[in-house]
Amino acid sequence: METPIEVSGLVKTFGRTRALDGLDLTVRAGEVHGFLGPNGSGKSTTIRVLLGLLRADAGAVRLLDGDPWRDAVALHRRLAYVPGDVTLWPGLSGGEVIDLLGRMRGGLDPQRRAELLESFELDPRKKGRAYSKGNRQKVGLVAALASDVELLILDEPTSGLDPLMEEVFQHWVRRAKQDGRTVLLSSHILAEVEALCDRVTIIRNGRAVESGTLGELRHLQRTSIEAEVAAPLDGLADLPGVHDLRVDGHRVRFDVDSVALDAALRRLTALGVRSLVSQPPTLEELFLRHYESAPGTSTPAERSQVVA
Amino acid sequence: MSTLTGTRHLVRLILRRDRFVLPLWVLLLAVLPVTYAASFFELFPTAAARAAYVTGTARNPSIVALLGPVYGDSVGALTAQRGGFLLVVVALASLLTVIRHTRTEEEAGRRELLGGTVLGRYAGLTAALLVTYAADLLLGLLTVAGLVATGLPVAGSFAYGLATALTGVAFATIGGLAAQLTETAGGARGIAIAVLGAGFGLRLVGDTATHDWPSWLSPLGWAPRVRAYEGERWWVLALPLAASVLLAAVAYPMSVRRDLGAGLLPPRLGPATAGRALAGPFGLAWRLHRGQILWWSVGFGLLGLILGGAAQAAGRSVEGNPQLEQIMARLGGASGLADAYLGATLSLAGLAAAGYGVQAALRMRSEEAGGRAEPLLATGVHRSTWLLSHVVFALLGPVVVLAVTGLAAGLTYGLSVHDVPGELPRMVGAGLAQVPAAWVLAGLAVLLYGLLPRLASVAWAALAVCVLLGQLGAVLELSQWLLDLSPFTHTPQVLRDSWSPTPLWTLTVLALALAAAGLTAFRRRDTPIP
Repeated sequence: METPIEVSGLVKTFGRTRALDGLDLTVRAGEVHGFLGPNGSGKSTTIRVLLGLLRADAGAVRLLDGDPWRDAVALHRRLAYVPGDVTLWPGLSGGEVIDLLGRMRGGLDPQRRAELLESFELDPRKKGRAYSKGNRQKVGLVAALASDVELLILDEPTSGLDPLMEEVFQHWVRRAKQDGRTVLLSSHILAEVEALCDRVTIIRNGRAVESGTLGELRHLQRTSIEAEVAAPLDGLADLPGVHDLRVDGHRVRFDVDSVALDAALRRLTALGVRSLVSQPPTLEELFLRHYESAPGTSTPAERSQVVA
Repeated sequence: MSTLTGTRHLVRLILRRDRFVLPLWVLLLAVLPVTYAASFFELFPTAAARAAYVTGTARNPSIVALLGPVYGDSVGALTAQRGGFLLVVVALASLLTVIRHTRTEEEAGRRELLGGTVLGRYAGLTAALLVTYAADLLLGLLTVAGLVATGLPVAGSFAYGLATALTGVAFATIGGLAAQLTETAGGARGIAIAVLGAGFGLRLVGDTATHDWPSWLSPLGWAPRVRAYEGERWWVLALPLAASVLLAAVAYPMSVRRDLGAGLLPPRLGPATAGRALAGPFGLAWRLHRGQILWWSVGFGLLGLILGGAAQAAGRSVEGNPQLEQIMARLGGASGLADAYLGATLSLAGLAAAGYGVQAALRMRSEEAGGRAEPLLATGVHRSTWLLSHVVFALLGPVVVLAVTGLAAGLTYGLSVHDVPGELPRMVGAGLAQVPAAWVLAGLAVLLYGLLPRLASVAWAALAVCVLLGQLGAVLELSQWLLDLSPFTHTPQVLRDSWSPTPLWTLTVLALALAAAGLTAFRRRDTPIP
């Protein structure tokens, strides 16, 4: 099986709202795939369609070579899912919930369960009502990561975790990848995606706007250059691919498309470079650009949520 | 800053938040004893009739167990006894009010919000206690005024009203203490209600035994022992007062010594791994439903014991009342009247059991809306299996509850007529005959849940309509087709000699069809629907 998840032209409407509007998503076997988008862009809806909880209105969806709606039960034994807001039964202990979910999926690795509890520093004896948000999230993560499954579907799984636990989470996702599992990681924490993901799909208003490896996506982006040169500057503005040029005496700042980077640097060195700072495009910039430039521009408030 | 700074503001906040609930229970509980007195004046106008009632009914152990002792045959004494059960309600309302404004607030984090303002350490507990004490005293004084207005002696009315009020005060303080012990409001309510239950049990044992010392240990036993209208013993009123002072003296230091949000008793831990039974949807459903089933069974068992024990007395209570005797003769003599009484009470139990079924079915709705269904439905569990795991309890619950009621009623009624082997199966049968009608309501709840999950709680409205049709149908002389809408109208009177089982089968098939339709709809719809 080359592609555990293959979605094309997926449409899902709720009443008059079009939550998914022709979404495409391909996740290859063995990769960690980042699924990026702001709140309300359709990430959770996509995941619920993949889980056979919601019925697609149009489009083709294949999950582990099956139909997620029709073959739900058989497919669910081969995957584990962590929702963005894990809610627990107030009277059941965390350990009971982990075992229950594991048994209902078809088995837990007890060794890994113990290791996970230790590295997440989770007390499995506490009752559901006594856990904080972050600890409830850990219960969901331990249950999923200890399961013997081919595919992990994680929907913003680290909301509420502190930075230390974020590290632990990343360690275990890498280990899952080493074990040959496929991971679909929906997130709006860009650092997490940059650290973990092989490929990324960016979704906006129910539609995929960008998809590829981080390298590919970066290639489409601009590098910012800040330099101090020996001779007065000229000719740089004529170069194709140079944007937002600002000259202040011998100091210069500009953004340059990745394809034009080489030419721009040659021109600089010809003038005699005294100092140079270059910043590669961050995922954040790439992300913001999609939400700023495309039609239906997001508001600053939405943007800050995206970056947060 | 004094330890009580801000109490006044908190009192006003509590009064504002409880502006509907508080006056409601105060008025209702003050009016009820007055209606008792009025009906005793009307039903038993002569001393002879009252004396007959006292020997025939009021001294019956089941009545004494439920209501408390009777100390004479004046209207006042009868009213005081009948008001015995109200003590439990007053106690419950008082302790719940205090917990609601102390521990619930703390658990929800609202107290923290207020703690940031200028607030003394004792302000929270004091405000909650003050409001509840005032409500109890108001209730008592309103009762006094009402009873005096019916023509009862002033001194006795004061004794009765104050005894009721102080019982409320004592349990309010118990609630205040329980709120310091646990972290959760649920836990605090559990402790306080357990104390109330233990108090009821002690009073029940003391009042029905030859020595009544257990009743003196129970806060519920003090009020009757004031002997309102029958040579008042005012000093007994000091007992609830002293108890309240003592309990408050324990609760106040505790409220400062512990941290905000923490309880004195540590939260209980659960097992680190799941037991073998907790392996699938049915194991989980059992965990979620078992407590309810257990408590309903205990409650209905107790009710059955008391109702069964009182049935024979109910049959006899008409002796000396020619009008009622005539009605009784038409119903087939003393045993006919007891059967009619048992049949009526068991059909009420049927309505309550339907409530259990609806409640158990709607559990699915709260699981789904609370986000607890989604992770399960994303595992290798079929949707139908998950739904059935809850429906099983919605269907089996009423069976268990009604069988227990019938069993308990059959036991005590059988003992009173010296025919346990005969009455036990009859009463179990009469209890189980209510099951199919209760199932129809549960089935309706499943259908609504599958088809229109957001409107699932309409099932409660349907049950309320059935209750109204059953209770008011005859009084309002509603037409038969309207009465036929309620499944309970079709339940046969199985305690009579001849009855047809056909309606039971029809109701069962209807209930299963409703549930099956709900299942089909659920399999096709999106989840979760928030």
